[in-house]
Amino acid sequence: MNMPFHLNDAKRPSRAKGKKTLLWLQSGGCGGCSLSLLCAEGPDLITGLEAAGIDVLWHPSLSEETGEEFVEILNRILADEQHLDFLCLEGSAILGPNGSGRFHMMAGTGKPMMEWISELAEKAQHVVAVGSCAAFGGITAAGDNEVEAVGLSYDGRDKGGLLGGEFRGRSGLPVVNIAGCPTHPNWVLDTLMDMAMDGFTLEQLDQLERPRSYTDHLVHHGCPRNEFYEFKASAEESSDLGCMMEHMGCKGTQAQADCNTRLWNGSGSCLRGGYPCINCTAPKFEEPGHTFTQTPKLAGIPIGLPTDMPKAWFVALASLSKAATPDRLRANATADYIKVPPSGKRKAEHES
Amino acid sequence: MSRKIIGPFNRVEGDLEVQVDLVDGRVEDAWVVSPLYRGFERMLIGKSPQDSLVYTPRICGICSVSQSVAAAKALQMAQGLEMPENGQLSQNLVLAAENIADHLTHFYLFFMPDFCRKTYANEPWFERIFSRFQAIRGKAAKDVLEARAEFMHCLGLLAGKWPHSLAIQPGGSTKMIERPDQMRLIAILQSFRGFLEDTLFGSSLEDVVSLSSISAMKAHFSGGAAAASDFGQFLEISEKLDLISLGAGPDLFMSYGNYTDHNGNLFYPSGTYQNGKFSSLDQSGIAEDVSHSWVAAQGQALHPYDGATVPDADQAQGYSWCKAPRLKSAPAEVGALARHLVADLPLFKELTNSGRGNVEARIVARLFEIAESVMAMEAWVRELKPKQPVCAHGSMDKETEGYGLVEAARGALGHWVKVSKGRIINYQIIAPTTWNFSPRDASGQPGPLEMALIGASLREGEADQPVAIQHIVRSFDPCMVCTVH
Repeated sequence: MNMPFHLNDAKRPSRAKGKKTLLWLQSGGCGGCSLSLLCAEGPDLITGLEAAGIDVLWHPSLSEETGEEFVEILNRILADEQHLDFLCLEGSAILGPNGSGRFHMMAGTGKPMMEWISELAEKAQHVVAVGSCAAFGGITAAGDNEVEAVGLSYDGRDKGGLLGGEFRGRSGLPVVNIAGCPTHPNWVLDTLMDMAMDGFTLEQLDQLERPRSYTDHLVHHGCPRNEFYEFKASAEESSDLGCMMEHMGCKGTQAQADCNTRLWNGSGSCLRGGYPCINCTAPKFEEPGHTFTQTPKLAGIPIGLPTDMPKAWFVALASLSKAATPDRLRANATADYIKVPPSGKRKAEHES
Repeated sequence: MSRKIIGPFNRVEGDLEVQVDLVDGRVEDAWVVSPLYRGFERMLIGKSPQDSLVYTPRICGICSVSQSVAAAKALQMAQGLEMPENGQLSQNLVLAAENIADHLTHFYLFFMPDFCRKTYANEPWFERIFSRFQAIRGKAAKDVLEARAEFMHCLGLLAGKWPHSLAIQPGGSTKMIERPDQMRLIAILQSFRGFLEDTLFGSSLEDVVSLSSISAMKAHFSGGAAAASDFGQFLEISEKLDLISLGAGPDLFMSYGNYTDHNGNLFYPSGTYQNGKFSSLDQSGIAEDVSHSWVAAQGQALHPYDGATVPDADQAQGYSWCKAPRLKSAPAEVGALARHLVADLPLFKELTNSGRGNVEARIVARLFEIAESVMAMEAWVRELKPKQPVCAHGSMDKETEGYGLVEAARGALGHWVKVSKGRIINYQIIAPTTWNFSPRDASGQPGPLEMALIGASLREGEADQPVAIQHIVRSFDPCMVCTVH
């Protein structure tokens, strides 16, 4: 079959420039961002990586190479015999005990993982922190953080971490923090694809170097409980239908992520699953200073107000909207199934 | 004799090192090293008990729901809560979905790619297996990722997301059940059954679960679609490589039992199995030994209610962050094979007629469990009662304690929590791979994997590392991030 001229001549830019190489390491984390990534669909992960023009040098869940074969890949990168475009780290860097890194010695090498990461980061065009652990320290840094868990360029909210806040990859970009616990598969795939196409700039990162593609949104956007929020009709127990901001610790109005417009595992999100947002894309989310599922209050008013909302206005609007709460929402907010459906108006022919 | 240090292993969850003494190309002795410590048990001290539902799932990205269920069960006991039937069904469905997905991930992405290694290049079956199961590039990877991702919609519907859901609660689930949820779940399970019957088994699930002897299984998978299926191809390789003779572990198997029904009965029973004998299980017989761990010395093995986890990288005898759990002083193998032996299923007793586990038996148990559990899910989904309560609520005494025992994909998982003045004062976790990959104990008994590696031998042409070690290690489907937590 003769293809039309314009199809024969079509360019495939990502392929034409050659494939980008990716190395994925895990340290002080749970592997959940990788497992979440395996849930990529429409298309699947392997096809997504092909579309991005990414050649996986090594990924812990996917690659055949193990032991010495894997260490050989690392040594080739360090000896400049293997070009590295993306170094992805999942899990925090572990500096303890006492800065020695002995809480995670990379198996088979007798060398602290933190040293491997630092050395490889010098060789990578882009360094990507996948998940809140690699970005900021995350869950592994909770409690007294006895293991000295830090992110790549952050220690909690502060610049620093394993590589330091001023670190730049060979491309000139800082560590890209795809924060989340876990990350949505498409936060990772879309960002890698975007970066692989070479048009990625600082403009596409927010104040914490997270991709704005998902952090320009709030979890509140698209929340199925928005009507309860508008009228401050609040849930009181974990199976209630109402808004979870006032009592249940929900931080959806502050959390920067698109979880309720880019859904999880088909049709899910934390809110759709009936539980509050714990702001897992933010540094220090692991130590909120209160029980996760209870809202801390001062004089009856939640301490954490919606992002960009002046407190006086919030208080005024909240009291006004509470006064205006329709009976339907008041009844449904503390029920586990809709008690009162929207009444609407029946059409005349049904009434007759 | 030469000591060989092997690692890091991939296609396991987390980091793992194995040290072996090779004599004439045969493993004489082995040590299993868990090289990562994070300290979850210590970060929980002083927290509100409910916060364990946020922290403990994040121990592990692959057994996340299992950790949630164990934590919720411990709080349920501490609160004395009764769960509504819908809540129990919902928890069963969520846990079964995770366990099934883990088994599928293990077989296709973690275990089978080892048969695509160069050492097998001259085997008559190699080209067929290579094109199907090669890591990343093999056709099977895409097939399974598509089927798995769609199947995980069950968790989008019932748990909001996976991993790291907060839906599982001591009294049930936060996710109410509406009729459209039930209809969607039925449709998703039908589609997944199609993948299993067409691709994994080449047989109906009913036919698979009815196979009750090795001869019946071999006969069934020796011809037609069944033989060409992914499981059929595994059986063929397994027979040719004699995987049934590889990786003998301890003779004691333990299961906490899984999936409670509304009468309190377990779908997979609880108990132990040893040389053909069944015993009931008493969790008070469990104790953790730290004599060979990088953990501060504690004199004797302690029950987890009394246990502590104080890291000490300078312990003289220590060689792993993993502790050594023992049941009445004995190491036990846990996992799908243990569940099937404790359930008294003849096929699995025959597969382990030496009294010990092996690579083939472990794989067969996992894949049969996929078939059994999907059929169970199909029934549970239909028993859900839309618009009926899914969650019970109650308060917790300021001074209380509880434990939660559950079967994760990889085996027995337990959480033990003590609460004082409304705060956690001790939290101890023993994960499945803590059992299977434990180091030696004070009496010098090796852990199950350490036993199972002994005898692994070099193939012709292999220089210094038997590929058999890779098969044995992965036959346990280790989860190293759970192991030490």
